[in-house]
Amino acid sequence: MKKVYFDNAATTQTDKDVAATVLEYMTNTFGNPGSVHAFGREARKAVDIAREQVAKLIGAQSSEIFFTSGGTESDNISLKGVAYANRNRGKHIITSAIEHHAVLEPCEALKKEGFDLTILPVDEFGRVSVETLKAAIRPDTILISVMFANNEVGTMQPIAEIGAIARERGIYFHTDAVQAVGNWPIDVKAMNIDLLTMSGHKFHAPKGIGALYVRKGVRIRSLQQGGGQERHMRPGTENVPGIVGLGMAAEKSLAEMPEKIDRIQKLRDRLLAGIMENVPEIKLNGHPTLRLPGNVNVSVIYIEGESLLLNLDMKGIAASSGSACTSGSLDPSHVLLAMGLDHATAHGSLRLSLSKMNTDEDVDYFLAEFPAIVARLRSMSPLYATRGSQAAQRCESASCKESECEIRGS
Amino acid sequence: MYTEKVMDHFSNPRNVGELKDADGVGEVGNAKCGDIMKIFLKVENGIIEDVKFQTFGCGAAIATSSMVTEMVKGKTLEDALRISNEAVAEALDGLPPVKMHCSNLAADAVHAAIKDYIAKHPA
Ligand SMILES: Cc1ncc(COP(=O)(O)O)c(C=O)c1O
Ligand code: FES
Repeated sequence: MKKVYFDNAATTQTDKDVAATVLEYMTNTFGNPGSVHAFGREARKAVDIAREQVAKLIGAQSSEIFFTSGGTESDNISLKGVAYANRNRGKHIITSAIEHHAVLEPCEALKKEGFDLTILPVDEFGRVSVETLKAAIRPDTILISVMFANNEVGTMQPIAEIGAIARERGIYFHTDAVQAVGNWPIDVKAMNIDLLTMSGHKFHAPKGIGALYVRKGVRIRSLQQGGGQERHMRPGTENVPGIVGLGMAAEKSLAEMPEKIDRIQKLRDRLLAGIMENVPEIKLNGHPTLRLPGNVNVSVIYIEGESLLLNLDMKGIAASSGSACTSGSLDPSHVLLAMGLDHATAHGSLRLSLSKMNTDEDVDYFLAEFPAIVARLRSMSPLYATRGSQAAQRCESASCKESECEIRGS
Repeated sequence: MYTEKVMDHFSNPRNVGELKDADGVGEVGNAKCGDIMKIFLKVENGIIEDVKFQTFGCGAAIATSSMVTEMVKGKTLEDALRISNEAVAEALDGLPPVKMHCSNLAADAVHAAIKDYIAKHPA
């Protein structure tokens, strides 16, 4: 059976060259960068080169890059490290409703510790409004954290505008760029970004390695104490194989970027157009244009995401969903709810995330299998069977605004 | 995460669809995750002659719906009322803990359909 991997927002396949280099730094060049001997010096040199490669990818200086275990750790250090170090300046933090849990949870933890938290709403496309952000800023605001691009719907935020505002007001600006780094051009200087989170496994480096960019001069405190590695920001013997892999993935991504974006976007557009043409009653989630090149997120009305994923999996297709039934907590995706989707529509959400590893054949195969799967699940759905009468019921209600009624409109 | 039996009922669900001339219809929904399950019954002399389901929900919701239709077909109403949510889950060799509420739906939907039948056909 053909296998199609459309879940690259969850994790990507490690690049073959990267994997070979990682192996080299586990077996032959295995020294501790802290050692004085030749083994150590060689490892140190490799880490230094990787730091430069990573810095270059986002327009930073290598002294501004700190290696971590990934996105979650970089987010935690950014939020807590800045909050603790700037307590004397203020206690107000601004973030957005569609952040990853790796940002939202540390923010909630800080709130419990006495910090004030403002969670910005987003519009129907998942975008933060710059005006709303401006209005939320207080004299004691110390940190703004807004993600570069959303992991579920791919929506990109007005990062450069937020950066300009933050810089002008003297507020630190952190962005969780886990989904964007390596997949979209980033320039931390031009965009006035003070702190940036990245994670290797989203752009073909291994899992468990990431980095944090901290602009020179930002007041931040480390969360761990130990041997003093990473200039005390993140002590612990360096994950040299991971770091070298991250560096190589960064360099490759930068070299491939323009062609890669163009190719993935073409595949994505064909995939989305094919879905829309061949299956009725599909709703696009996220922004029509301001989205990551590899992201498709649609709601397949009248069916539930987990049963859709299981059916796709039986055909060898890997995807994901924001449905409550897939979440473990049985709550639908907070991202889709923040965008104003009702529970039923969030239920039928399907995310297909592409990478450079995907091909035209993958898209063809998906489009060949998908309509029959949807038709089968819809034929089992009570919502599909009664869709006419439901519309009638809903539109008779006094509160139903005809101009906004989705069901009557379709 | 699902047992083989669950996957079997999910991929080849028994008794899917609608009974146009149903004697009793039951619909239940789960407020938490938003799923809906609908059961149609055809009853003759106190025996469930035919049963069909429609479900909007996850793999477990579809599998429990399918399983419960097999369990109640040919049974008396009294026996069908005695089939519990746990029994449906057990018949499927269990469900992941977080999914146990889905199995509640299947038996509940059958019970709701029987109550609908009784209300429409007072003895
Ligand atoms: C936007 C975003 N932030 C943070 C993370 C967490 O990254 P990691 O898995 O490297 O800890 C992810 C990964 O799922 C993500 O998509
Ligand atoms: S139907 Fe939602 S978890 Fe089962």
